[in-house]
Amino acid sequence: MAVVFEKPKSLTDAPFHYCPGCPHGIIHRLVAEVMDELGIEGKAIGVAPVGCAVMAYDYFACDMIEAPHGRAPAVATGIKRCRPENVVFTYQGDGDLASIGMAETVHSAARNENITVIFVNNAIYGMTGGQMAPTSLPGQVTQTSPYGRDVNHCGWPIRVSEMLSTLEGPEYIARVAVNNVKNVKNAKKAIKKAFENQINGKGFSLVEVVSACPTNWGMTPKAALEWIESDMLPYYPIGVYKDRSAGEEK
Amino acid sequence: MAERILMKGNEAIAEAAIRAGCRHYFGYPITPQTEIAAYMAKKMPKIGGVFLQAESEIASINMVYGAAAAGMRVMTSSSSPGVSLKAEGLSYIAGSDVPALVVNVQRGGPGLGGIQPSQSDYFQATKGGGHGDYRMIVLAPASVQEMASLTIKGFDLADKYCVTSMILADGTIGQMMEPITFEDTEPKVYDKPWALTGTEGKRKHNVVNSLYLKPDELEKKNFERYEKYAEIEKNEAMWEEYMMDDAEYCVVAFGIASRVAKNAVVAAREEGIKVGLIRPITLWPFPTAAFEAAQDKVKAFISVELNMGQMIEDIRLATGCKKPVSLCNRTGGMIPGPDEVLEAIRNAKKGAL
Amino acid sequence: MKTTQILIAGFGGQGILFSGKFLAYKGLTEELQVSWLPSYGPEMRGGTANCNVILSDTPVGSPIITEPDVLIAMNLPSLQKYVNTVVPGGQIYVDSSLIDAKVERDDVEVFYIPATQMAKDEGISTLANMIIIGHLLENHSELSFNGAAEVVDKLVPPKKAALKDLNMKALTLGKEYNK
Repeated sequence: MAVVFEKPKSLTDAPFHYCPGCPHGIIHRLVAEVMDELGIEGKAIGVAPVGCAVMAYDYFACDMIEAPHGRAPAVATGIKRCRPENVVFTYQGDGDLASIGMAETVHSAARNENITVIFVNNAIYGMTGGQMAPTSLPGQVTQTSPYGRDVNHCGWPIRVSEMLSTLEGPEYIARVAVNNVKNVKNAKKAIKKAFENQINGKGFSLVEVVSACPTNWGMTPKAALEWIESDMLPYYPIGVYKDRSAGEEK
Repeated sequence: MAERILMKGNEAIAEAAIRAGCRHYFGYPITPQTEIAAYMAKKMPKIGGVFLQAESEIASINMVYGAAAAGMRVMTSSSSPGVSLKAEGLSYIAGSDVPALVVNVQRGGPGLGGIQPSQSDYFQATKGGGHGDYRMIVLAPASVQEMASLTIKGFDLADKYCVTSMILADGTIGQMMEPITFEDTEPKVYDKPWALTGTEGKRKHNVVNSLYLKPDELEKKNFERYEKYAEIEKNEAMWEEYMMDDAEYCVVAFGIASRVAKNAVVAAREEGIKVGLIRPITLWPFPTAAFEAAQDKVKAFISVELNMGQMIEDIRLATGCKKPVSLCNRTGGMIPGPDEVLEAIRNAKKGAL
Repeated sequence: MKTTQILIAGFGGQGILFSGKFLAYKGLTEELQVSWLPSYGPEMRGGTANCNVILSDTPVGSPIITEPDVLIAMNLPSLQKYVNTVVPGGQIYVDSSLIDAKVERDDVEVFYIPATQMAKDEGISTLANMIIIGHLLENHSELSFNGAAEVVDKLVPPKKAALKDLNMKALTLGKEYNK
């Protein structure tokens, strides 16, 4: 029988634990497809975060390590500095990367650490049950902002891609989304570039993936994807924010 | 014989680490241990190694975690407040069973404390620091020569048992110079089949991890780890005994305090007091055997510490409180003089008579 | 040799640690047991600095000197602070161009050397410390001037070769002083 669809070799057989409608599954798959296409599964070392993706180490078939909350870029730095020939990536959420791990994020970017960072921004702490994230939108209701995020009280959400792109260090910073087929396809292109950059020795490449959390947003999966379009993307516009080598290859 | 060279304690640690095959150092500046980083910054690029100044102690210990997981001999160094920040990483490293070497050149605390020598991180080093059931091998050098030899030993023990070895030094030994010699020996190499090297498509993926959501699995893991710790307790305790053969009183001190205590022991002997010294070299595992042997023959123990009395608890535990243990201490960066220790020995004698 | 504990104290910038290093290296070349312990921290930057050097032919116990055999005082606060800690029969070396006071003890041997002035006169104003060290080597029964040049060779980096001669000049000035 002809095989028309199969899971990427870079994923294990372990079934995902993610909630119904959660785009983590899509994003895992995109990363795995890219690894397959680049033929780097045997060289890749992944760093799992603390957050919903904590068990990413069970899902990716390459060597994996689970980092303390927010420290994935530091752990990845340690690995990459020891094994520059390997392909090292982190997979982090917004609480992990943009709150507790902001220092590690900024400094690994400033060092142009030759790693790939997949940053999943779904504007909420998913694993702990829906608390306000550094990227929760103004007015967004969460468990810890039950009356809506009051920016006068707890500040404004952080646009990570824009902020990092002001740094001299990083090679490539892009924001993508996974709310429709077109965006998913573009997300994969950006992820692939972020890995290719590392393979080509170009340096720190981060892809911010605007994602959804139907469970903690209190929405159906479909409504959540629509909310990305209507609410998330206006605050977090899709785009390439930094690409030092843009135009070089063309 | 190898040439005698004069070196600062901190530099001796750095040189010894390089000789032990360490090619990766991650750290963050803090007094009084910066010579270690400075030495590494100078040497590592010339020998194909990596020196990286991290953005924080937290980042540096996590770089160590990554490098250790990648199978490399790796180290970081800091001083007391910085080691508190490393505590999180130490717990993850323990929970993931990867080997690392961490140096704490202690200064006075708590808080920002001071920068003068201290031993007030004894509890932190031997009883935890980070969260969870875990142990670190804690080595307490008392000379510049030991700063070097225990660093090499620390790497070997870390690799052998897949644990963190901590060098628990203090500002005095870090800053002082003494003659030392380095033996020309090749670093020991340990097999690390668990290391993150990339699967190369030849094996199932390695996972370095400390998360066990099922409590029975985590319990089993902890039981296994404590079997390993029991092996370490059985095999690796180290201590020095000085004038203990006929001792009726026993001074207990480690690190710089033991140097002061030795002077006091000599002075007390001149007064006719039969006193000796037990110097724990490993603080964990605590050299319980030395105390089991001593507790029946001595009348009292005197714990000399640069803190408010931390090791004294382990002495009491090791001796089952069979004999009185008194404390002779200074803290906050102060060091007792030999006369203060001598007075404590005299007092112990008075109390025991 | 009899264990000799030397405490050198003065301002930061007077070469206190360097002169201690010189004595430590001298001990090293003579196959002695040696310890060198500096004060460290902010006090190095212009405050008071001191350095403990112990030379012995048996292993050194505590590297911290509480009762020095020799005190080198390069400023008044240091002399005042440590004068009474020197063991009876010990020696005190005083830079008399910076310290007017006299030592009011008769159980110690005191040497007054106008080292800072001498150094200035000879155009080696940063080497008052080594003038005193030269005087110490000449006047202490457990120490000797022999081999000083070898130690200077070892201590002064090749890039600063000119400093070797100047250090030897300072040491020799100290050696010859009051002869």
